[in-house]
Formats: sequence, structure tokens, C-alpha cells
Amino acid sequence: MNLFTLVWKELRERPTALVTSGLAVLLGVAALVAIRHVVSASEGEVGRQMQSLGANVLILPKQASLQNYYAADMQQHTLPESHVSRVLLESLPGVEKLSPKLSTTVRIGERDVTLTGILPQSEFQTAAAWQSVKLFSTKHVGCKKAASCGPKTPSDSPDTLVTERAIEQLKDDEVVIGADVAEATQIKPGTKLSLLGEQFRVLGVLPRTGTVDDSRIFAHLHTVQRLTKAGEVVSAIEVLGCCEDAAGQLVPQLSELLPDAKVVTISHVVQAQVGVNRLMGNMSLFVTAILVVVGGASVAGAIAANVRDRRREVGTLMALGASPGYVASLFLIKALCVGLAAGTVGAVLGMVAAVWWGPQWAATAVEPLPGLTITAVGVALVVSLMAAYWPARRAAKVDPCLCFQEV
Amino acid sequence: MFVLENVIKRYSRRGKEVVAFRADHLEIAVGSYTAVVGPSGSGKTTLLSLLGGMLSPTDGRVLFDGASVYDLPISGRTRLRRTRIGFVFQTFNLVPYLSALENVQVPLSLAGKPAKVQRQRAGHLLQQVGLSDRVDHKPCELSTGQQQRVALARTLANDPEVILADEPTGNLDPESRATVLSFFDNLHRAGKTILMVTHDAVATIRASSRLSLRNGLLSPEEELQRAA
Repeated sequence: MNLFTLVWKELRERPTALVTSGLAVLLGVAALVAIRHVVSASEGEVGRQMQSLGANVLILPKQASLQNYYAADMQQHTLPESHVSRVLLESLPGVEKLSPKLSTTVRIGERDVTLTGILPQSEFQTAAAWQSVKLFSTKHVGCKKAASCGPKTPSDSPDTLVTERAIEQLKDDEVVIGADVAEATQIKPGTKLSLLGEQFRVLGVLPRTGTVDDSRIFAHLHTVQRLTKAGEVVSAIEVLGCCEDAAGQLVPQLSELLPDAKVVTISHVVQAQVGVNRLMGNMSLFVTAILVVVGGASVAGAIAANVRDRRREVGTLMALGASPGYVASLFLIKALCVGLAAGTVGAVLGMVAAVWWGPQWAATAVEPLPGLTITAVGVALVVSLMAAYWPARRAAKVDPCLCFQEV
Repeated sequence: MFVLENVIKRYSRRGKEVVAFRADHLEIAVGSYTAVVGPSGSGKTTLLSLLGGMLSPTDGRVLFDGASVYDLPISGRTRLRRTRIGFVFQTFNLVPYLSALENVQVPLSLAGKPAKVQRQRAGHLLQQVGLSDRVDHKPCELSTGQQQRVALARTLANDPEVILADEPTGNLDPESRATVLSFFDNLHRAGKTILMVTHDAVATIRASSRLSLRNGLLSPEEELQRAA
């Protein structure tokens, strides 16, 4: 027989009130865990979408719209290519890659395709060496995406055009073609292709992306500028910030640096998802508040009622030599048991619900997060303990003379 | 053992002050068996509470073995009840969700005794009160006489020097009453100090001394000759 035996025996004897109050905690924890799981998975999905979009900041001519850009950045208006050097020289924190582009329409057989001039990353390194500037900054302060920030190990694969919106090496007479163009024209890597009166070697075929890039042919920016006689201009400059936060900070900095250009963040593309995340994040705060208020009040009510019912028993225990601390512990441990049981069951239920229904709620797969689950149990414990504190204090102050009262 | 010096306990009820208990000087000697008689509301429970270290007097001092009980810290008074004073209640006050054995274990547990020692001692005490075959029974499964015997075993768990009994036979049938009173006799013979508050005339004449309490005032002690 010890304090815990006493608590356990009493709990088994009178489970109903505590099961009811535990239910409030259980439901609160389950909702909290489920929502936080879905939010976390959804945030991950936003990150992935942002990464798949490549650039998270665009520098466009003032008159251009994002619709123009997503319709293969075909527009009448252009920007001076010198803007690229200005951004490079400024060494803004969080800039991971710059990718200037100039697009025009060319005809291959019976088919119109978009010829896009791009600047290979190797030329940035050359420019940086010439101009004695640091090639792209390291991550900005607060960036959580440590691994992907800063310059990466260069890859010569043309596929980086899809994955990173840039290519390391591209000679003046080389092109990379999109999957649709390759399929329609039966052009294979290594073969020759004639464009605007010049012969190009096909360096590679990009994997299918389901975007306008599938209908593009990528050539060196300076070659496209020369062939189209456009001069040293670009249609757009894509800026890859090292994370969403960095992109948000970059917009005002770039706007100030390039007042004649339009600087937009493409995070609005995933705005619906971000909005859902924000809503669910707020909802999780609301549920936490409900858990604290309703769950706490429920536990406090049950423990207070338990103290009332057991005043005589408490008085007797004090007459037998129980200290006020011992008496308070009886009720605090009981609340702890309720918090632990309700919190654990609620956390597991919430986690299972999120994994099961998460794909329907947030259109993304939800992975169990043990850390979050354990934290939720901790929250339930703290709420239960805090709720039981005042009733337990009252129990410790029960007049021991009550033990002499007749039933 | 107990000395009450100029003890007054006043309560305030609806703005009026009521003297619940008053004793200019009262001594309860070691090994005495005292019965306190008096009508309801005369202050009997107040006296027990004062002696048990559970109700501080408005004025005066309660001394136990020369030490002022209410000058002790709460922990000191708790220790006193745990180790040196045992209580017997009219309604037994057994913990309803514990078995007879576990009820007797409670004071031993509060005294920090190991579980094995608790079980052995509690089993032995229940055997002494004739309930070795009821150790696993809960209070609701025992008769009132059996419940009072379990309560007696619980009182004796930590071998207290003093037993403060509040109407110990008040709820018992004559047979159970005789059993409980014979236990009290045995305890008295064993040197325990017993102070029993009672209405029961039979119980009163078993005591070696008697105090009469009326309107909170103790009448002069009257020596009783034990019935032969």
C-alpha cells in the first residue's frame, strides 16, 4: 500500500466522473494532434511545390504580367540584361540562383515552339571572378533549409533545368529540348537541329514536367539575343531564394534595387495551400485553447467534486497522520492519471485520424510525427495538473475534524 | 500525558460567539481510561479534536508529554497523530474502496513502512480482532461490528500510546459493543491511555475515570470504581 495504490484503487472504484472529464481532454488532444499533423504535412507539401516551381521570385518588365510569364514568358517587353549583374553585385542574402531568360517563337517543321535563351551558371562564376564579388550569398538569417542553401555542387546534367531552373554548362551551339518537342520531332540527344538558320547540337531531352517547359527549346541566352537581334535584354529573371522566407524578404530589396522592374513572388501560386495551412494553424491554436479551457475546466470540476465527496475520508486520513502534501498528492496524481490516459489515447487517435484522413483533408500524405504526439500528451498532463491544482490545495486544507462527523 | 491549561475554544456563528469548550486545568494521566459523557453539542468532539492536534484552541495550551501541541509545526502535529495517537470513530471511517487488510495498512503506509511489513502487521492485527477470514472484504461486505473491529485494528497499527475514541459503541449491537469494550479493557491493561467520548452508560462504567461535559464546561473529575 502506498500513495499510488490508494489513487489507483479509488480511480477504479469511481471511474465515471473522470472518464467524462477525460473525454474532454481526449477529444481536445485528438483534434490538436490531427490538425497539427495535417498542417505539418501540408507545410511540407507547400515547400515541395515551391521547390518544384523552381524560382520563388520573378523579375519582370514593369508592363508584364504573371499570366504572360506562365504562358511561356512570351511578352513584348524586356529588361536590360545588366539587371542580372546588378543583382549579382548586390550579394543579397538568400539568393541561391539567378536565371535570366529571353524567349521567342521558332518553327520546326509544322510546329511552333518556344526558343528560350538561358544563361548557364558557369558564366555567373566567370562574371563573379571578373567582378570580384561573392557568388551568391549563403543562407539568410533564420533559414531552416540549411542543406540546400548556398552554392551547390555543380551538375552538368541538363535535367537541372527542370529541378533547379538552371543549367551548369551550355555552349553557344547547344540546345536542350523539352519532352513534347522531342516526341513530336523525334529528335534525339546528339543529333543536329537547325534553328533561325543556325545548326545546334542537341545536348539532351528534358524529362516531362507537365508544364510549358515541355514545349520549349533551351539555348544559350547570348545566342538567342544574337539570332533574334533583340540586343542585351531578357524577358524575365528567375531568382531562386533559399526558402520561402528568404523569397519574401527579397522582394522589397529587389524592388528597391531595380525600380524599373516588376518584382513578384510566386508564392501566391501555392497561396491556396498556404491559406489552408494558416487556417489550420489558427484552428490548432483554437483547439489548444478549447483543450485548456474545456478540458481543464472538466478535470477541475471532476477533481473538485471528488474532493467534496471525499472530505470525510480526507479528514480521516489526516487524523491517521496524512500530511496536507500527501492529501494534495492524492488528487494531483489522480489528475495526472486522467491527463496521461486521455492524452495518450487522444494523441494516438488524432495521429491515426490524420494519417487516415489527411490525404482527403489536405490532399497530401501525412506521416506520423512522434515528437508532436509526445508534446500533445505533455500538454494534456500540464493542463490536467494545472486544473487539479486548486481543488488539490482545497483538499489539503480540509478540516480534519470532519472525521468526527456522523454520516 | 495530556494537560490542558486554561483552554478555551470559541466559535463564531452568525455574528455570535459561542464557547464550545473551556477547561481551566485538566490532566489525563498515562495509562488512564477516561470516559467523557455529555449531551450532544456539549463540546465532546471539540475536546477530541483539541487533544488530537486537529483544532487549535482560541486560548490556552494543550500539552502532550510536556510539549505544547499547537506550538508544533503542522508536520509535527501530523507526526504526533501518525505515531503516538490513535483514533476510533463512531462510524468507523473505513476507506470504502479498500479491503479490510488495506484499511489497516493505511497508517502503516503513512508511517513509511515497507509493503511486506505492512501486510504482515495488518494481517496480524486483523487476526487479533478475529477477522483473519475477512482480510479481503471491503467495508460494505462487513457487518458494523466487524467494521469497528477493522477500525480498531487500524487504530493499533502504529502502536499508539493514546487512543481517542469518539462514540466507539454508538452504532453497534450489544454483542459487538461487548467485543469492542473488551478490546478497550485489554488495551487499558496493556498500558494504553484511552479517552473515550460516549453516551453509552455501559461503556462509561468500564472506564476508570469519568468527565462530564455540559455546555463546553468540564465538571470536576469523578472517580469511578470499576464494576466488579
